Amino acid sequence: MKVEEIVKALDLRVFSGEKGLSNEINNGYVSDLLSDVMGSAEAGSTWITLQTHKNVMAIASLKELSAIILVKGFKPEDDTATQSNEENIPVLGTDKQAFEIAGELFNLLKK
Amino acid sequence: MHFEYNVKSGDFSNAGSASSQIKKVLKQLNVDSVTIKRIVVALYEAEVNVVAHSFGGTIFADVTAEEIILVLKDTGPGIPDITKAMQEGFSTASPQVREMGFGAGMGLPNIKKNADKLEIRSEVGVGTEVKIMVKLS
Repeated sequence: MKVEEIVKALDLRVFSGEKGLSNEINNGYVSDLLSDVMGSAEAGSTWITLQTHKNVMAIASLKELSAIILVKGFKPEDDTATQSNEENIPVLGTDKQAFEIAGELFNLLKK
Repeated sequence: MHFEYNVKSGDFSNAGSASSQIKKVLKQLNVDSVTIKRIVVALYEAEVNVVAHSFGGTIFADVTAEEIILVLKDTGPGIPDITKAMQEGFSTASPQVREMGFGAGMGLPNIKKNADKLEIRSEVGVGTEVKIMVKLS
């Protein structure tokens, strides 16, 4: 499934990294601990988190994640959005909390 | 091939830049992606440790056909008890660093898991040297 498809299906905001909307998503990972994501997230995953600072992009890039979903109405910091545009890894947003959006994404990817 | 990168204390916005550059080099050398991922995880964690805990340091990377050796040398408080520091969940990170999602006590265990060899030498009040070796073939 492509990032743009989950944007539509889950009604997500696109903050940055529009060029990466055609990235393929094959899994998801939920965590706010950066070392946990670094150690365990799979390439091609969407990362659901409330962390908004630039290090999130460093991890997403190094781990080759497909997109980031910020929960509970959080917005990316300016330098996060800039790096997202450079790396073509979209930063998306939702007002929902992590449990809800993870459940919806899980069901969507399971289909 | 030899590379050196300076790492500044507290400069979180650039944490990971050395890892990113090493990743590019390894990709150009056609190192397999599983090995690259292990190296990148280990180096990133070590890089963040220098940013979060030291007064600053340098990363020395040596790449041959057989292996990559990464040495991170810093000046700083040092590690009083390395065995304790290696334990999953143990961290001395500041509250600010923890709020960013670092300092969960997973860094050194992540490095150990992904390296073929890890050596840590540290002197309290002087600094720390972390040596990570990963086989490339």
